[in-house]
Amino acid sequence: MAVSWRCCDATACRAAGAAALRQRLEAEVGAERVKPVGCLRLCGQAPLAAADHPDGSTELVAGVAGERRLDLDHPFFALQRPVVLERCGLVDPSSIDDALAQGAYATLAACRLRRAAELVEEVVRSGLRGRGGAGYPTGRKWQLVAAQSGAHKVVVCNADEGDPGAFMDRSVMEGDPHRLLEGMAIAAQAVGAAEAYIYVRAEYPLAIERLRTAIAAATERGVLAGLPIQLRIGAGAYVCGEETALLHSIEGGRGTPRPRPPYPAVSGLWGLPTLINNVETFAAIPAILREGGDWYAAMGTAGSKGTKVFALSGAITHTGLIEVEMGTSLRTIVEAMGGGGSGVVKAVQTGGPSGGCIPAELLDTPVDYASLQELGSIMGSGGMVVIDAAMAMPELARYFMRFCVAESCGKCLPCRAGTVQLEQLLDRFVEKRASPADLAQLEQLCGMVKATSLCGLGQSAPNPVLSTLRFFRAEYEAALAPGVVP
Amino acid sequence: MSVDPPVVHGHINGQVFSAAADATLLQVIRAAGLQVPTLCHLDGLTPVGACRLCLVAIEGHPKLEPACVTTVAEGMVVHTHTPELETYRRMAVELFFAEGNHVCAFCVANGSCELQDVAVEVGMDHSRFPYQYPQRHVDASHTQFSLDHHRCILCTRCVRVCDEIEGAHVWDVGYRGSACSIIAGLDQPWGEVAACTSCGKCVDVCPTGALFRKEDGTAEKHPHPERAAQLAEARHEHRWTNP
Repeated sequence: MAVSWRCCDATACRAAGAAALRQRLEAEVGAERVKPVGCLRLCGQAPLAAADHPDGSTELVAGVAGERRLDLDHPFFALQRPVVLERCGLVDPSSIDDALAQGAYATLAACRLRRAAELVEEVVRSGLRGRGGAGYPTGRKWQLVAAQSGAHKVVVCNADEGDPGAFMDRSVMEGDPHRLLEGMAIAAQAVGAAEAYIYVRAEYPLAIERLRTAIAAATERGVLAGLPIQLRIGAGAYVCGEETALLHSIEGGRGTPRPRPPYPAVSGLWGLPTLINNVETFAAIPAILREGGDWYAAMGTAGSKGTKVFALSGAITHTGLIEVEMGTSLRTIVEAMGGGGSGVVKAVQTGGPSGGCIPAELLDTPVDYASLQELGSIMGSGGMVVIDAAMAMPELARYFMRFCVAESCGKCLPCRAGTVQLEQLLDRFVEKRASPADLAQLEQLCGMVKATSLCGLGQSAPNPVLSTLRFFRAEYEAALAPGVVP
Repeated sequence: MSVDPPVVHGHINGQVFSAAADATLLQVIRAAGLQVPTLCHLDGLTPVGACRLCLVAIEGHPKLEPACVTTVAEGMVVHTHTPELETYRRMAVELFFAEGNHVCAFCVANGSCELQDVAVEVGMDHSRFPYQYPQRHVDASHTQFSLDHHRCILCTRCVRVCDEIEGAHVWDVGYRGSACSIIAGLDQPWGEVAACTSCGKCVDVCPTGALFRKEDGTAEKHPHPERAAQLAEARHEHRWTNP
């Protein structure tokens, strides 16, 4: 037996020359011994390829010529706990045969022999919470939808991942699309839904291609238990990651949120009871139903069960995709797995434009919903950006505020007009021409936008400002115009 | 015969209320002789909860709730004018004035403008936020009416009255964020939109001087926001004769 190669064929590796590496390996061992796979995790070293030797050992190489040998015993790899990503990097994402050979749809087939209520109960026991950012208990959401009367219900997957620095869901869709489809089909059976949609952002062409291939193959093989799954492609609006805006967009309307209640579980797509979860949430389902809710709940912390995928980036040595047990400390992630900062680590930004910065002195914070929220940040969808000393915090806050200004749908006043004023106030701090009155107004307006905006985008838009004000207030005070004493 | 919904009870600003279980908080507040400011809301049109002026505090609710879209519930304890709400409302009105180009002195709606009324109600006499002076335009392509975007507050009453009551859907919202604007047809000049029936309902319900009749000069606009509710009710109750 000769060596077989798995070549990463996901976006980052493609951009870094994966095709050249693959050609080289194919010339070396023959095309039949080289297969394309999803993300091999250490995106910062892309392109990556893994060699499976006949003796059972594996090695990982990087570079267009495969010239760098990576240490798989490094904590970056060793501390990962793949559940959602258990097949990502092993399976050919375009081959349903490979997916089936590695166990895809076996759990769905087993679930078809179980009562719907049992499936919901298993998810409740797992303690899984929504991985899109808000962390609503997934089991409770399933119970709500399952309890709705009416024969016509819908399952919707939110694949509109849009936080800067987030690529967890993209990696799942590019690396193991059948896992997402299987999770959705199980969910549909559990809540009694007869049709399903995946709303995926247009900026993810490879994920869309892989999903199209996977849906067509799974439908043709009849492994989806008869569930029709349709793709809907976004049109570039971040706010369509908000569930009611997303549903409006699927309906063909303008992607703007509406006040809740009614929640989509009661009145969602076309007024039908709708179960809406994000990609990572659905992708966790097959493992939970296969191994049992208790198995999943044994991982993580009291309030945050299981594992979480993070997109690790920024001023850090090892950047890429990690899946770790909930409750892992930021220090473990940044220092052990990430190999420490490329400069002096100043903070870790989580939750993108809805989240906040956790300062370096609090790196021992465990990554769970409650701990991050206590520090004025959020788990968010899983973007984790390491900030070094070169970044001034008012500038970072302005970056995210500009993002919100550009992405506000304009429906409600505080988000439409308030974020514009907040950005201009932050300009004054970045340009060191602010006054003490600006600081007071900044804080007051942050409070107003947070408390009065219609949807999560506006309600959380001030978070990057508030969190940096909390931990790095001195930087704002130092930005007051010369001669002004705060 | 429809069955009357059950009655629920609660407190607003310390005052006891009883209301039909399907009533909105805004209806209950108004029935109690109390007032919260509104701009996007208009009786007769689907509420959208966009202007955020009618937000109220409900005990036990972690967030402020828009009275226009919140249904009452048994035992609800509601506060309409906490110091926090009053602060936020004034800031909201300041943001409205700062984001557009509102010059009362030569506006058609001066004296009959809901934005002006709300400013008086919340005690706002100037904006502490810098005026943005956005570059907007005036669409005077219609033979009878004009739309001055400088005065538009994006309440979408025109969009809803045209869609829900006139059934023409001439108006919609285009673009996003601070660049949002009301658009006619497929973002065409109003006068070119064949779907417009020239009924004037959008002008009647516009809370500011954004939509107006061409013959009206300064302070000469006489809006009729009550017509939306009259028409909606007449259709619903099949009552077509004027009292």
